[in-house]
Amino acid sequence: MGIRIEHLSYIYNEGTTFSKTALSDINLTIADGEFIGVIGHTGSGKSTLVQHLNGLNIPTSGKIYVDGKDIHKEKESLRSLKSKVGLVFQYPEHQLFESDVLKDVMFGPRNQGLSDSEAMMRAREALRLVGLDESVEKKSPFDLSGGQKRRAAIAGILAMEPSVLVLDEPTAGLDPKGRDEILDLTAELHEKKGISVILVSHSMEDVANYVSRIIVMDEGKILYDDTPEKVFVHVKELEAVGLAAPEMVYVMKALREEGFDVDYSADTVDLARREILGALAGKNRKC
Amino acid sequence: MLKDITLGQYYPGDSIIHRLDPRVKLLGTLVFLITLFVFGSPGAYVLASIALGVVISVSTVPFRYMVKGLRAIFLLMVITALFNLFLTPGTILFSFWRFRITEEGLRMAIHMIFRLSYLILGSSIMTLTTTPNQLTDGLETGLGFLKKIHVPVHEVSMMMSIALRFIPILMDETSKIMRAQEARGANFSEGGIIRRAKALVPLLVPLFISAFRRANDLAMAMEARGYHGGEGRTRMKPLSYHRKDMVAFAVMALYVLCQIGMKILKL
Ligand SMILES: Nc1ncnc2c1ncn2[C@@H]1O[C@H](COP(=O)(O)OP(=O)(O)OP(=O)(O)O)[C@@H](O)[C@H]1O
Ligand SMILES: [Mg+2]
Repeated sequence: MGIRIEHLSYIYNEGTTFSKTALSDINLTIADGEFIGVIGHTGSGKSTLVQHLNGLNIPTSGKIYVDGKDIHKEKESLRSLKSKVGLVFQYPEHQLFESDVLKDVMFGPRNQGLSDSEAMMRAREALRLVGLDESVEKKSPFDLSGGQKRRAAIAGILAMEPSVLVLDEPTAGLDPKGRDEILDLTAELHEKKGISVILVSHSMEDVANYVSRIIVMDEGKILYDDTPEKVFVHVKELEAVGLAAPEMVYVMKALREEGFDVDYSADTVDLARREILGALAGKNRKC
Repeated sequence: MLKDITLGQYYPGDSIIHRLDPRVKLLGTLVFLITLFVFGSPGAYVLASIALGVVISVSTVPFRYMVKGLRAIFLLMVITALFNLFLTPGTILFSFWRFRITEEGLRMAIHMIFRLSYLILGSSIMTLTTTPNQLTDGLETGLGFLKKIHVPVHEVSMMMSIALRFIPILMDETSKIMRAQEARGANFSEGGIIRRAKALVPLLVPLFISAFRRANDLAMAMEARGYHGGEGRTRMKPLSYHRKDMVAFAVMALYVLCQIGMKILKL
């Protein structure tokens, strides 16, 4: 399911003293099955942007097309859009409200008009996908640990079976283990279910290992939109907007300055190790 | 919808009204409200209109902004006026079917509309030009004498300032949760009254939980910083009267004198 954004601008509280331009002239195309990272400093407009994708924010100007159709033209398409584009908010566990986990996950499918038994099936499936087993189904969502709550909330969106999954800072406030688990989970979903995933984050490190395309935002504009390797070349510019490339990129850069022929694009420890070993073996040493 | 509530909101600015001591503004508002109810002649309203007009124009708060506050109580005003119009006994001006409009009723209705709208305008000019913190500081020091008769002035004003502080936070939170649930297909604006009431559950439960969590955090943070009530607490910005406050008091006195003068002269 393709999404196309044309000249999108968004202003909060337009026409008042508190007006604030959050997005200006965004152009973007998202193809089927992509795995995209949206990165930017606090306040750069990431959340505002992704909330346009399922029609929650109405553009101040510009157009959004999903499957070639303008989503703000017909009311009906806006309704079904919420099922097509699943948006997991920042701190999604704050939206849990039901008396038990299963019922909470069933909330979305029920709103889609499914019967209780169908909704329950979907909910169970989604809970298994995020790695929550039967023992938590009857627990109150408020008795879960932080990481479990987050998973339950994500399951709440997955149960609606979206074809695009957008996660707004899914790792915020989690410990390193919880963070890796959530990120692995999204990668798994991308692979297993073949859905497009858009991952919002302010940490390159988080995203670099997983995504195949990075969109860097700064002050409401798109600064870079490219593969991770190509984006990380701009280390200086990234630092200027309050971001940092993954640490391995810095290591590679330092090695290169020392005369080793290693590649910038080695952004994970594994890749870096291979590069360094290769360079040491003399295969890559400059002649 | 939520954005239309202007009563109790602060409109940033740097006018002389903004810079007055909050106690002066509190007293001024009180005096204005009392004169509204004590003096009801047409002349008194003219004088009150002039005073209100001058203060509003000096305050640099756009008039449009103030009127927004009036919109919220529009219905109340209409109902009050209608009750007065139809239910006041006296000389009949006009009658149809079971209703009769009396001269006194008409006069009362007009009075009521003026009083209510001036009441809202008068008090919103104070809240629009005074930050909630200043307001409660002003209340606390201004009513400090009540401590002698064991009224917990400090505690009450602390509660007030916290409550005021939390209004925008909770409004933000409300819209955030609403959107999060809308992303899950919730619908807050359609269906009959029962469906809509039911639709509020996914909004209210998380909202209450977050309010309690915030209250808890705040209490902890206050205790961690050694808060133990008003006893022996000093201020970062102690309130003190300046020349402009004295001038304001003089203007206030002049206004009251004028009102009394008008009453005596039966204008
Ligand atoms: N409800 C709102 N009302 C007014 N301004 C807002 C609102 N939400 C966001 N903004 C402003 O819009 C800009 C973009 O905000 P946004 O939440 O999209 O940033 P973000 O990139 O998601 O940041 P973060 O990493 O902190 O989540 C910010 O400057 C913010 O102050
Ligand atoms: Mg955000």
